Amino acid sequence: MNYPKVTKMIEGKKENSDVKTLLFEYPEKTHSGQFFMIWIPGVDEIPMSVSYITKNVKGITFRKVGDATKALFNLKEGDKIGIRGPYGNGFKFNGKKILFVGGGTGIAMMVSAVEQATKKNISATVILGAKSKKELFFEDRIKKCGAEVHITTDDGSQGHKGFATDLAEKLISKNKYDLVLTCGPEIMMKKLFEICGNIPFQASLERYMKCGIGICGQCTVGKGLRVCEEGPVFDGKTLKNIEDFGVFKRDAAGRKIRF
Amino acid sequence: MDEDAGSMERIFNCGAGAIVTKSIGLEPREGYPNPTVIELEHGILNAMGLPNPGIGEFGDELKKLKKSKIPIIGSIFGANSKEFVELAKKMQSYGADALELNMSCPHAKGYGLEIGSDTELVRKITSKVKEATEIPVFVKISPNLMNIADIAKSAEKGNADGIVAINTVKAMKIDLELKMPVLANKIGGYSGKAIKPIGVRCVYDIYKNVNIPVIGVGGITTGEDALEYIMAGASAIQIGSAIYYRNLDAFKKICDEIEIWMRDHGYKNISELVGVAHT
Ligand SMILES: Cc1cc2nc3c(=O)[nH]c(=O)nc-3n(C[C@H](O)[C@H](O)[C@H](O)COP(=O)(O)OP(=O)(O)OC[C@H]3O[C@@H](n4cnc5c(N)ncnc54)[C@H](O)[C@@H]3O)c2cc1C
Ligand SMILES: Cc1cc2nc3c(=O)[nH]c(=O)nc-3n(C[C@H](O)[C@H](O)[C@H](O)COP(=O)(O)O)c2cc1C
Ligand code: FES
Repeated sequence: MNYPKVTKMIEGKKENSDVKTLLFEYPEKTHSGQFFMIWIPGVDEIPMSVSYITKNVKGITFRKVGDATKALFNLKEGDKIGIRGPYGNGFKFNGKKILFVGGGTGIAMMVSAVEQATKKNISATVILGAKSKKELFFEDRIKKCGAEVHITTDDGSQGHKGFATDLAEKLISKNKYDLVLTCGPEIMMKKLFEICGNIPFQASLERYMKCGIGICGQCTVGKGLRVCEEGPVFDGKTLKNIEDFGVFKRDAAGRKIRF
Repeated sequence: MDEDAGSMERIFNCGAGAIVTKSIGLEPREGYPNPTVIELEHGILNAMGLPNPGIGEFGDELKKLKKSKIPIIGSIFGANSKEFVELAKKMQSYGADALELNMSCPHAKGYGLEIGSDTELVRKITSKVKEATEIPVFVKISPNLMNIADIAKSAEKGNADGIVAINTVKAMKIDLELKMPVLANKIGGYSGKAIKPIGVRCVYDIYKNVNIPVIGVGGITTGEDALEYIMAGASAIQIGSAIYYRNLDAFKKICDEIEIWMRDHGYKNISELVGVAHT
């Protein structure tokens, strides 16, 4: 039943000054790319992708941006939160050689995808893009699973100076990938989609969510596709027909906000 | 769903005969904070708080739809007759085929049920909207009332073209672990399977008391549920929560199930069944 299960946070780990991972006991089978609705009692309930997956323990990794994420950031071990999900479809690893591109906070969910893919003996190349070195996280976790890792920062404080998409374009021109998976700022994903041309593509979209179970209509894109239900991961064929992709999202009132 | 053109088109293509829009007000509203929707054992509890982009921006969605010839029932909510009239005129000018006056939302302060429980106000708002517009006007009423038949009669006196019943049933869920209501607004409206018998009773009472068509809504998940409402007196039905229980196929499946039942029981025309439970 889609009712929040109240559980205790069992471990919190700071990834950098603004990013934190929380672990909680949650045995539901979960696939990378899926998300939970996380209820912080008295504050809000917000969507969060899974970033850590074992049989009994799941984790989320988030950036402190407003009230709800600040409250989560300050959560102490043993504090109670409500969790429902997992929701959405998740990534499909079709292919033997996959390029992963994570930008900004999108890195959070990318890491569990890379971990799941490499366990299936898929050759993974990963680009992590951030504004600067101090906003990066999860480099070690990704290296540990045997993926080839490239870093880009806008200011050049670590790795290649420039955008993740610039490096992606170079790698794509030299290598043959069966699939490109991405999560990050939508402008970045749109650019990457254009670069990919005919290479199979999957992107994880973010939209304002309320119900998370497909009935309130808050999160729709294109011709009534619900990001919480038919997404959040959409393939290239579908994205081609979503006119909103990379153009606008909607706020809590349903007003359009251009990217 | 039904807050944007794409969603309305998709639902129509799934087999709905017409689309009722989300309730739209004059100004944009974000609605209540989350949690706004949870599933309970036998239904769905929500306190969305009437989120909507405001009639101005919503107009763009409707205009986009107009080319597709989808019958649209524009749902509106206002705090008084002046607001209802302004919204009604705008909905009509954007191309809505009919109007639904939301006088029944159980959890929005100053709107909905707070207006829809006053017989004189219901009559006045309905008649003002009727005077100002040319398209059919339906009044959606609440089950959270002792005088539901009187409210329906007031709408009829105001020249309403039909009554829609029911909106959600006022309800609450408290979490035992946290010892607090789950919804941020604490109180919400209950929909889905659990409220069907309540809706059927309301439609039955309204049908007995008015001479205008009744549109039945509340917990309709199968063709059999729809037929029950029709026998109670509904000439048409609406579907909300069944989208959750049966996904978007709900529309087509419910239509098919009605047809199969009619064929098995030797009925050709559904109008033969409207209100048969009253004899
Ligand atoms: C499917 C999905 C997965 C996500 N996964 C992650 C993740 O793994 N890590 C992470 O850091 N962030 C993730 N987000 C974004 C995260 O939900 C928002 O950052 C969070 O809701 C902000 O809440 P706030 O109160 O702290 O900030 P606010 O000040 O309320 O808002 C800041 C921003 O967050 C957005 N936001 C607020 N509430 C919601 C909501 N209910 N639904 C969607 N967006 C909202 C606002 O539009 C605004 O742009 C995800 C979003 C979605 C839709
Ligand atoms: C998430 C959600 C949003 C709703 N929004 C509105 C609304 O904007 N206006 C309205 O008149 N009724 C609204 N309703 C009530 C439904 O239209 C319907 O009257 C009620 O849910 C009972 O029908 P059902 O059991 O088929 O859902 C909403 C119901 C739900 C569950
Ligand atoms: S969040 Fe309600 S439909 Fe997706």
